[in-house]
Amino acid sequence: MQASGENSTKESVGKEEKLSSVELFFYRLKLWLKSSRPYLMVLGLALFLLFWYVTTEVLALPRFEKLPGPTVVLKEWLSRDPDYGISIYTPEYYQHIMKSVMRVLQAFGLATVLGVPLGLFMGWKKTFKDYSFPILETLRPIPMLAWVPLAILMWPSRESAIIYLTFLAAFFATTLNTLLGVESIDEAYFRAAQCLGSKPRHILFRVVLPGALPFIFTGLQISMGVAWFSLVAGEMLAGEYGLGYLIWNSFIMVQYPVIVIAMVTLGAIGWASSSIIRFVGSLLMKWKVREAGL
Amino acid sequence: MTQNIHEQNHAKNKTGSVCPGPTTVRGKISIRNVTKNYDPDGANVLALDNCSIEIEAGEFCVIVGPSGCGKTTLLNAIAGFHGISSGEIYLDDELLCSSKKTAVPSADRIVVFQNGSLFPWYTVLENVVYGPDVQAKMSKSQARKAAEELLEQMGLRGILHSYPSEISSGMRRRVEIARAMINNPRVLLMDEPYRAMDALTKTVMHKHLLDIYDASCKTVFFITHDLEEAIFLGSKVYVMTTRPGKIKKLINVDIPRPRDFRTLSSEHYRELKLEAIEAVHEEAKKAFEAGERELA
Amino acid sequence: MTKQKPSYFMGINLRKLRKTIFGKATYRGIVAIIGTIIFWEICSRLNVPVIGMIPPPSLVFNSLSELLRDPDYWESWVVSFQRVFTGFIVAQIIGIPIGLIMGINRHFRELSFPIIEILRPIPPLAWVPTAVIFWPTPEMSITFVTFLGAFFTMVLNILGGVKNVDIRYVRAAISLGSSKTDIFWRIILPATLPSLFTGMTVGMGITWEVVVAAEMIASRSGLGFMTWQSYVAGNYPVIVIGMISIGIAGYISSSFIRLLGGRLTPWLKII
Repeated sequence: MQASGENSTKESVGKEEKLSSVELFFYRLKLWLKSSRPYLMVLGLALFLLFWYVTTEVLALPRFEKLPGPTVVLKEWLSRDPDYGISIYTPEYYQHIMKSVMRVLQAFGLATVLGVPLGLFMGWKKTFKDYSFPILETLRPIPMLAWVPLAILMWPSRESAIIYLTFLAAFFATTLNTLLGVESIDEAYFRAAQCLGSKPRHILFRVVLPGALPFIFTGLQISMGVAWFSLVAGEMLAGEYGLGYLIWNSFIMVQYPVIVIAMVTLGAIGWASSSIIRFVGSLLMKWKVREAGL
Repeated sequence: MTQNIHEQNHAKNKTGSVCPGPTTVRGKISIRNVTKNYDPDGANVLALDNCSIEIEAGEFCVIVGPSGCGKTTLLNAIAGFHGISSGEIYLDDELLCSSKKTAVPSADRIVVFQNGSLFPWYTVLENVVYGPDVQAKMSKSQARKAAEELLEQMGLRGILHSYPSEISSGMRRRVEIARAMINNPRVLLMDEPYRAMDALTKTVMHKHLLDIYDASCKTVFFITHDLEEAIFLGSKVYVMTTRPGKIKKLINVDIPRPRDFRTLSSEHYRELKLEAIEAVHEEAKKAFEAGERELA
Repeated sequence: MTKQKPSYFMGINLRKLRKTIFGKATYRGIVAIIGTIIFWEICSRLNVPVIGMIPPPSLVFNSLSELLRDPDYWESWVVSFQRVFTGFIVAQIIGIPIGLIMGINRHFRELSFPIIEILRPIPPLAWVPTAVIFWPTPEMSITFVTFLGAFFTMVLNILGGVKNVDIRYVRAAISLGSSKTDIFWRIILPATLPSLFTGMTVGMGITWEVVVAAEMIASRSGLGFMTWQSYVAGNYPVIVIGMISIGIAGYISSSFIRLLGGRLTPWLKII
């Protein structure tokens, strides 16, 4: 439940020694290992894998038997000469990964570069928001996939259409969360800044931006997730390379183990990209990190 | 222009309740027949009703009254966060705001807020340096040096590089005052700054504030609902009625300065307190029965 | 008293409502939308590179009047809504209890969290082939994929909601003599309701995304199919109508959830 740091010892904070981040990390690791958490985690994973294995390979239950089991997938994934041509030893695997990653990076990058300033401005100047918000809110409910046919019409190449779709999804999430972030800033901070003689640009860069940063980073994580979602959909419908395409293609070619390989890879990369964003966020928002500290 | 508190007022007066020398001290506020009407959610509300207050330069003026009586509205009008419906407010004999003109917030009337408004994303030092930084009146190194000196004087040297979330609320409030004082404002506007603190911390805060006041002789416009605080700190205490706010009574607190905790048990203090309680208690009961909620 | 009482009708503050509807913000919004439509039309006429390729409003409006009279169009609405609500409700029935149990029972949470965290980043659509292989009918596979999309969101939101229940409320309840069941039903559940409804609103959006995608890839009915089909058939203006229809349908669903949530959490209305 909610915990807030005790303030009673803070008066002497200058005199206490602060743990270095390395020491802190190991201390936390020790605490974690002592609790039941890591063991339950492993147990949970093991149970899941067991369930999958038993239903598909051992018992071969009616509907489950058609699915590839964990041993089949693992064998394929780790073999030097895979039956279906995709394993960690084949260059094609990495080509598909790179293709998807490059697309997401482009789309996500563009969405951030356009979305964050737009959201900041909308939150800061109400007049601007009054004009722009309705347009955003009208377009937002349209599912990303519904844009596919239109995107194909709009853009000269399939590649740009896919990136556009991914961009769109990420863009809405980023802009909206940034806007929310600015609106969440306590009015008192604006007033204090005004009292201290700030000019508009000071307010933008020294109050609006730092104040909205926590929400912006939450939004970026969401937008990264949404970007992957759209990318996979776009690749499945209209792509020629990439993990989404791989999934759909192996489905059509009845190369089922590859589906699972691609899915797991997607999951792993998706998680990794969100973690990177979280990490960058913690670097930029030191005050939040210290606030939540021991 | 130096920002050392001690040098901000050339004519220090140890015993008087008002710092002399209108030529060296600024911050005279004249509030005349101010009325404020506003309209949240379609309900017409009269917040202030024909209030008039005269504050000398360098005077410690306190407004005391029940919740929702409009005292924050008055402070906000002086600070420039909103306008007034009729009447005028003058600062140093220049028109600050009227029904046609809203004051512009600036560093000559700095506010210390109720729940604290130190920027959480800046360290203590960065917060204090903020004013001089954005006003570009000093170089970065000068500003830093002045900030460090000021914080040292206040006994806050050890927390220069801490974030507000890492220090206690008492320290935070003091840093906020430092952040204001470094800009040499004409008026220090304080909006129930010690409201959320326990009594023990408050005694430390009061002493701290009075030290600063005695040394700098700034005009202070202080709002509170705490009577004892009002009489202990102020030279003039205005009691406000419940909404719509009117000035009910003016109490002249002629206890000499510097004041300390011994003042709290003096006969004179107790008399003044009694005088004030009678005035405020009636209003507080009315406000309670009307179910007044604090409107921001 | 100098306060004018605000007038209420059916729990809505009329004066405030009037101010909102006839306020500056609405006016500017309408101006913005009309401006965008005009801009869109101009781009189309001038054959501006990307935006000009979108079928212009004029053609769209023409097709719209025909389409509104076509019963198949309304049939698509019904079919899509059915799919959305089926998948959504299944997700809620399974997701809410699991989320709540995870929130309250620490061991269960630590057991299940890693699997959920691993499966969550996999986009729901990536599950489509697996779902089609596994489930006997295409409808069931669509429901399954829809369920996945909404499920993870719901669980995450509930977890967040339970975690954020201020422990002081629980303690107050204990000191007032509550049993464990009381605490769950009367404290934790109501306190989690706001997060629950946020989860449902977001989940509804995801559900629509998935249903539309599934309809485009693997179905022969519904609004998604209609949109894709008009592309294949070269009937481009209907693509835009399809998109807008889906958008409106999604908006209606989310609003319904939000309103329901508002009714069930009256204490959140800030005056």
